[in-house]
Amino acid sequence: MSLSWRALAACLVVLIAAPLLLPEFYVTLLDYIGLATLVALGLVVMTGVAGIVSFGQQAFVGIAAYTTAGLTTLAGWSPWGGLVASLACVAACALLIGLVTLRLSGHYLSIATIAWGIAIYYLFGNLPLLGQYSGVDNVPAVAIGGFAFDTGRKSYVLIWAFAAAALLAARNLLDSRSGRAIRALRFRSVMAESCGVDTSALKLVVFVHAALLAGLAGWLHAHYLRFVSPHAFGVNAGIDYLFMAVIGGASNVWGAVVGASIMTVLKEWLKDLLPKLFQHTGNYETIVFGVLMLLLLHRTRDGIAPALARWLPSRTALPPPSGAREPPRRVRPAAGTPLLQVQGLQKRFGGLVAVKDLSFSLAAGEILGLIGPNGAGKSTVFNLVSGTLAASGGAVHLLGERVDRLPSRAIARRGLARTFQHVNLVSRMSVLDNVALGAHLRGRKGSAAAMLRADRGEEASLLAEAARQIERVGLAGYMMDAAGSLPLGQQRVVEIARALAADPVLLLLDEPAAGLRYGEKLALAALLRRLRAEGLTILLVEHDMEFVMGLVDRLVVMDFGEVLAAGLPADIQRDPVVVEAYLGGIE
Amino acid sequence: MNGNIALWLAQDGVTNGAIYALLALALLLVFAVTRIIFVPQGDFISYAGLTLGTLQLGQVPGTVYLLAGGGAIVASIEAAAALRAGKSTRLPRIAVVQLGVPLAIAALAAWAAPRKLGPALQMALTLAIVVPLGPMLYRIAYRPLANASVLVLFIASMAAHYVLTGLGLVIFGGEGLRSNAISDAKFDVGILRIGAQSVWVVAASVVCMTALWLFFERSLYGKALRATAINRVGARLVGIPTALAGRLALALAATIGALSGILISPITTIYYDTGLMIGLKGFVGAILGGMGSYPLAALGALGVGLLESFASFWASSLKETIVFTIIIPVLLWRSLVSRHPAVEDEEE
Repeated sequence: MSLSWRALAACLVVLIAAPLLLPEFYVTLLDYIGLATLVALGLVVMTGVAGIVSFGQQAFVGIAAYTTAGLTTLAGWSPWGGLVASLACVAACALLIGLVTLRLSGHYLSIATIAWGIAIYYLFGNLPLLGQYSGVDNVPAVAIGGFAFDTGRKSYVLIWAFAAAALLAARNLLDSRSGRAIRALRFRSVMAESCGVDTSALKLVVFVHAALLAGLAGWLHAHYLRFVSPHAFGVNAGIDYLFMAVIGGASNVWGAVVGASIMTVLKEWLKDLLPKLFQHTGNYETIVFGVLMLLLLHRTRDGIAPALARWLPSRTALPPPSGAREPPRRVRPAAGTPLLQVQGLQKRFGGLVAVKDLSFSLAAGEILGLIGPNGAGKSTVFNLVSGTLAASGGAVHLLGERVDRLPSRAIARRGLARTFQHVNLVSRMSVLDNVALGAHLRGRKGSAAAMLRADRGEEASLLAEAARQIERVGLAGYMMDAAGSLPLGQQRVVEIARALAADPVLLLLDEPAAGLRYGEKLALAALLRRLRAEGLTILLVEHDMEFVMGLVDRLVVMDFGEVLAAGLPADIQRDPVVVEAYLGGIE
Repeated sequence: MNGNIALWLAQDGVTNGAIYALLALALLLVFAVTRIIFVPQGDFISYAGLTLGTLQLGQVPGTVYLLAGGGAIVASIEAAAALRAGKSTRLPRIAVVQLGVPLAIAALAAWAAPRKLGPALQMALTLAIVVPLGPMLYRIAYRPLANASVLVLFIASMAAHYVLTGLGLVIFGGEGLRSNAISDAKFDVGILRIGAQSVWVVAASVVCMTALWLFFERSLYGKALRATAINRVGARLVGIPTALAGRLALALAATIGALSGILISPITTIYYDTGLMIGLKGFVGAILGGMGSYPLAALGALGVGLLESFASFWASSLKETIVFTIIIPVLLWRSLVSRHPAVEDEEE
């Protein structure tokens, strides 16, 4: 047992011993921290990791608290029935708000959450049934069998049992197939879609997860305080929760505990200190919180948990166990089968025609090079074929099926994998996780299975597959490094490994050799030949003519969005039209 | 409801709607130029309303301390930057512009307050005190985050709002103030009795919007701001400093916020935290208008004013709930008609 693990064990002992040893005041404070941790945890995953900012979590806390308070006091339900009803109510509201706003840009959601928080606050404050601004009292305590959690010390056990379970579940979630996709949501959703991730659905999952955690906190709040009033669910509460998540940072789920502890303790202390200073009561603590938050945003946007994390056990990332079962493979079409047909493809950006009536086709087992001067429209063609962009006209068939109206994740499911011209990796995630994201469609375990760790067998096989592909492209030494720390050329190779992890039938490579040294280019060319021999079909955009000419079976030359010439490499090299397009002709 | 009441409610709604429209335009402007969702706009409303009210009582408003303090902070930030860059020759200019001017305004306010000048001078003084706080806020809170994402800037806005509201409580206390109307006259138009203050509000809003339009269409600074809004990098390449654009945008937003505060303070009692709700209704208006078009935003804001007014008649206790819930169906409609996927934030 290392020193740091002993520190963690000591923390756990302190947490368990706290209610037995501490005076009532501190136990109460810890109860509040536990409640805030639940809400902040949802925000760490949603805001910190997935980049969805909500200022309205207090509304979900409030909905749950009022639902359970109303049902237990007015209708005589048991608190456990109240829990089910609260969470159902919160989930329904979150689904509605999420569906309405998640498709729009991020700030719409954030503004909507503020507006909705205000609306709910005034609703609670004005409904006679719910006691208007004086609230609902005489809410019963939660009981199991005959044991009621009716004091601060007993509630401590209940609150922290839920908080600890939620923390573990969230940690498990982030360390899974879904977790990799969630970590790509913030900056890399286009790439995630191209790996087959339904990013809209995943955002909704993350949003509902955060709302459910807030709802759980609301249920605990109602039965712990035995009283519910709208004042606990005002606009400022929502801002405070978000600040907790920002303070804690997104590096790991324990940031939620750090953020919740700092804000709760600081608030308690300032509420005591500041009114004495100003000789009035009021929310003076907002000044300190605001200044603190601005300084934090100015200095570091990672929160302060990373600084604290140095004192905690560092999880030495272990390479995946070798010998895990290989994930299912696709049946590759026989060599020579027509694989991709592009007919009359068009793309207009406003008045600019980037691709104009382009046609070509690819048979299984061949490498086709797409070349042309800068601005010829090659990358646009890639984006159209892979479904990242919607075509303005024409048709694309993959294995005989029309795919040009499909989103990129559906095309990925049909066996197309791609790399990006501008490297598109989640830079803070390890090379292994980045490549495993490519194998997303080869697994099927969802977020719930991940939280319960019911996904370990599949996860091991996905990671082992990712590791195999990383070894195959020659980056085994970098497997556990953050993808962003690699040189740009190597990052492109990581993209290739990610595409290979999808077990594609068609591979689209956008300038794979850019930034590679001579030896690395030779290795890459050898790899691509080997892949062709295995029956993989490759469409390649590349500027390095030496690399292209020695590798491809056929070439399509593009200029100004049109096919300039097509044929065998040797013929293309002699084609006067191509020479003119590249070298500007001979005057 | 009879026609009389409907007309009366409509007049009330148009008056408030005119203010929301002005605020919605300012919010759009700041967002387009700086990508800041300017939540602190509301605090400028409170500051101006309370500053005017305090001046009318013949007392020195607490905002002068913020002005002096903000000036000192900005001056020290700029001085430190100048010294780091080895350009100590800039120090005198920094001292005069960043510290001297705010102190002079504060001194003027301290001299003028007990003398209870006329309403026009009091309003001018209120603007002189409150408006410089806008560029100061930009320099202190936003400038270090100029390259951050929209969402980080949004969080910063919430933090700035927290600070300004807390300071508002410190300098003005929890008591509300209502300032004197510019005129108490009433005009009878048919069956409708129109208060002069309503006419003032609507007229001032229309004048402001026209002035904004002229500024953006005709002046060089306005064109520079529009260029920055369309393409930040391009604007910088042709020599438009983004920092200047940011200061200018926040100065305009502060002016509009302060004007709104001055206009609305005779109609409703202003507390240190009243502004947030008024400002957010401007946001709702801007969202109803699609967060892109200025005329639509103004129209949306007018709609918010009318909705609020009629909601207060039918279901007065649920007025706020109705006004803030309206954006949900509007966003639903927008998300159904929008075909483009959300733009990805750039990694920082």
